[in-house]
Amino acid sequence: MSMNGKPKFAMYWAASCGGCEIAVLNIHEKILDVDANFEVVFWPVAMDAKYKDVEAMPDEAITLTLFNGGIRNAENEAMAHLMRRKSKILVAFGSCACAGCIPGLANLSTREQIFEAVYDGISTDNPTGLRPDFQWAAPEGNLHIPEFYPVLKTLDQVVPVDYYMPGCPPESHQIGAVVDLVIQALHGNATLPPTGSVIGAGTSTVCDECPRVRNVKTIKQFTRIQHLTEIDPNLCLLEQGIPCNGPATRSGCGALCPRASAQCIGCYGSSDSAFDFGARLMTAFASVMEGKEPAEIERILDTLPDPVGQFYRFSLAQSLLRAAPLVLEEEEQYATHQH
Amino acid sequence: MMSKINHSTAERVGVYVCHCGSNIAGVIDVEAVAKWAAEHLKDRGVVIARDYKFMCSSLGQELIEKDIQELGLTRVVVAACSPHLHEATFRVACQRAGLNPYLCELVSIREQASWVHTDKHAATEKAKAIVSGGVERVLHHTPLDPLHVPIHPATLVVGGGIAGIQAALEIADAGFPVYLVEREPSIGGHMAQFDKTFPTLDCAACILTPRMVSIGSHPNVTLMTWSEVTNVAGYVGNFTVTVKKKARYINTDLCTGCGICQEKCPKKIIDDTFEAGLGYRKAVYTPFPQAVPKYPVIDHVNCTYFQKGTCRACEKLCPTDAIDFNQEDEIVTLQVGNIVLATGYDIFDARRVAQYGYARLANVFTSIEFERLSNAAGPTNGNIVLRDGVTVPKTVGIIHCTGSRDRNFNNYCSAICCMQSLKFAHLVKERTGATVYNFYIDIRTTAKAYDEFYQRVLEEGTIFVRGRVAEVTDAARMPTEEGKLIIQVEDTLAGRQRRIPVDMVILSVGLEPRRDSHAVAKLFGISCSSDGWIIEKHPKLDPVATMTEGVFVAGCAQGPKDIPNSVAQGAAAAARVLGRIQQKEIALEPVRASVDESKCSGCRICNGLCPFNAILFHEDRMVTEVNPALCQGCGTCVAACPAGAISGTVFSNEQIFAQMEGLLLHNIERPPITEGVLT
Repeated sequence: MSMNGKPKFAMYWAASCGGCEIAVLNIHEKILDVDANFEVVFWPVAMDAKYKDVEAMPDEAITLTLFNGGIRNAENEAMAHLMRRKSKILVAFGSCACAGCIPGLANLSTREQIFEAVYDGISTDNPTGLRPDFQWAAPEGNLHIPEFYPVLKTLDQVVPVDYYMPGCPPESHQIGAVVDLVIQALHGNATLPPTGSVIGAGTSTVCDECPRVRNVKTIKQFTRIQHLTEIDPNLCLLEQGIPCNGPATRSGCGALCPRASAQCIGCYGSSDSAFDFGARLMTAFASVMEGKEPAEIERILDTLPDPVGQFYRFSLAQSLLRAAPLVLEEEEQYATHQH
Repeated sequence: MMSKINHSTAERVGVYVCHCGSNIAGVIDVEAVAKWAAEHLKDRGVVIARDYKFMCSSLGQELIEKDIQELGLTRVVVAACSPHLHEATFRVACQRAGLNPYLCELVSIREQASWVHTDKHAATEKAKAIVSGGVERVLHHTPLDPLHVPIHPATLVVGGGIAGIQAALEIADAGFPVYLVEREPSIGGHMAQFDKTFPTLDCAACILTPRMVSIGSHPNVTLMTWSEVTNVAGYVGNFTVTVKKKARYINTDLCTGCGICQEKCPKKIIDDTFEAGLGYRKAVYTPFPQAVPKYPVIDHVNCTYFQKGTCRACEKLCPTDAIDFNQEDEIVTLQVGNIVLATGYDIFDARRVAQYGYARLANVFTSIEFERLSNAAGPTNGNIVLRDGVTVPKTVGIIHCTGSRDRNFNNYCSAICCMQSLKFAHLVKERTGATVYNFYIDIRTTAKAYDEFYQRVLEEGTIFVRGRVAEVTDAARMPTEEGKLIIQVEDTLAGRQRRIPVDMVILSVGLEPRRDSHAVAKLFGISCSSDGWIIEKHPKLDPVATMTEGVFVAGCAQGPKDIPNSVAQGAAAAARVLGRIQQKEIALEPVRASVDESKCSGCRICNGLCPFNAILFHEDRMVTEVNPALCQGCGTCVAACPAGAISGTVFSNEQIFAQMEGLLLHNIERPPITEGVLT
């Protein structure tokens, strides 16, 4: 408890876009409840605070930390350890912290490939081919910038996590509900779910919340939604050949995208009992494809233009494979080098 | 979020490593595996690890039983052969000792290690990993009870050839009802087309037709010819089968089988089926005079009345008014407990071997054509003549293995062609006195009295030329070849090329799976090999069962075979069925898929996938359910479920991941695997 007697709240961003912070602010007047019930001690996007302030706190001084973003570099990792140490409840908040999300797709590329894209891209003026130096001996002394890791990791691949809150970003009403729950629990009016649980989401999949009519499926070919001029407003999108990830994606968002005739892209990750989102979805799609002959199957598969983007957009870093073989190799070399 | 190994266990695990004689011990150091398990898997609950010469022997089983009782084992891992072979053996042993049989895990170190590796050290290390996987897996097993279902006493036999007839008669004679479904107008199958049968040369009709008559008149047999099974639902003991009885346009209650309609029908059609294109039939017909049942069918595609609206000669002349042009297909639903598939074979299409000239050179015949030609009731009354219908051949060449044992067509041996070719040689000799050449690769006369028949044909003066025929041609090079068919062959015994002019060529064509065998397999929920033969449960020990409980196979549907073997399989399938019926109920493996309704979102991905029709969708609650009695535990839906809402007993994620962690030796502190072996 702090000086004003209120439990402490923190929110931190690692490798992420900032959308999660906006989603938290988007809980509207409930943010006042947060303020009424918590003392916000650390939230770089919203207030000024220094890492050293957090370091100075006793361990487990912060009651609730919402940690968003994946672990891309040494700073992210150091902060993950710090926030873990200082927090009673550490929540992997949002798809990046839970499963890697979009930054995790970089796990398909080596560091050099990533740097090439960033520092040599067509829009970049870098005639000397400059690259970041993680250590630089300046006349004033050695300068460091955080080491860029070969593989982006999820938060729980680095530190133990108490709860997972999926979504890109998590839906505001779900954030509100979780905030309420924690406040109730602090007042002894509710109990928190067991450690390791997914909070602020459902237990089944998006189809559960989707009002579209569903039938026994056979897919003759996939069609990108932008190539369609007409979408049946009432029929299951997958049955229309639109590669909707709803069947494999955890419920909780209220099926927002399918309701708006856009396919679910899977930001809430997989349900409790599915280990690897992409693998699950691939077997599901493959099970209902019509082809019997190899050539026919190939043809249908070719209508899915971006398999990794389709199946692993949000969960590549969390998947059983985690990264491309070359990248994993680089990670191994990096680890040996460090020791 | 992935499951991590739980590093404490209260279970007491026994590990038993089998030598399998030298099958396993010849490659794997089984003692080292057992010793390793006792030492390194101690923390994982292993309290005893033994090796034994033959774990499946009664002494081996007693070893396990004794340990369960004396050491209080709660889990058992046997490292031996494939679960296919002995899973049941060890489960039963555990049960005898009071341990739930599903707390026993059989891991294969024979098929998956000793038989597939030559490096002894590496194979031993692999066996250790396999045992480790088995131990981790079995820790996640739960006691299960088998499901008991009653067996309906009726049986469906599909296919009225000799195998199906045999199966049907055996079951009917034992006092139980049989439905025999045949898609042709008469039962009899291919055997009814033959004249003589090898090696005894008894007349096929003489031995077959009494059986056919028995079927037709048997009080326990419901014969449904001109009928096809269109749907199969249910499971062992309780199948619901839908049969389409195609319209015969004959009122069978009135028809006496007098044959006047056939006699008077003005429309003559080439009979491609029974007469193999050599003879004719009418638009109203029975395939042959001894057909069972005796009722004809009207072939509406060729019937003048159906095509042009006039004629009705049969209707006018039928003495009992049995012709009924308004008949429609009838759908019948049957309840049966077991099914015997005896769907037979198709003849290899000789046109595919273009160099042999069938359908291009008039006097090249197929074996089935020759059967009709030599049949006393056939189109030539048994006279062996050329395609012109009158000329008796003076020289005949018989080509074995047409389409068989040939990588261009079928790799397998069709099993009957040697003997049928020898039979043809004998018949040609006997009836025409012609010179007969047999062109063979090997002579395979392995069954009882077969080789004696070969000797007999040799002694009769048939000339045997060893070599695969290159070509049959009518392009003469020498005056002696004019007007003849010339067989070009490398005589591999004489070591030279030969050109042998003959008047007639008989292609001894192989047997092929039915053209629709894949569809039939799907219909009955069984599998067939890529070429289309139905796959038996075990090639040696369970040759008439299939992987689907309650569905049996007999005769050539399972693979090429001769009449005695087909009959034996028909009888064997019947014996299996009767055994089931006598037991009145059957215990089913509790390996089943089940749906966690709280996780099912009703996406319906799985709905069309179940090969056993066990999946039911509840429209009202928008959830899917798996019927445990119908489910065979194949796992198709488990894999397909994108929500992970379906899980398979004995194959849960937990169990599989635990086994993988064990295989990767993540369960022990420091992998004592020698460097380099597993990387």
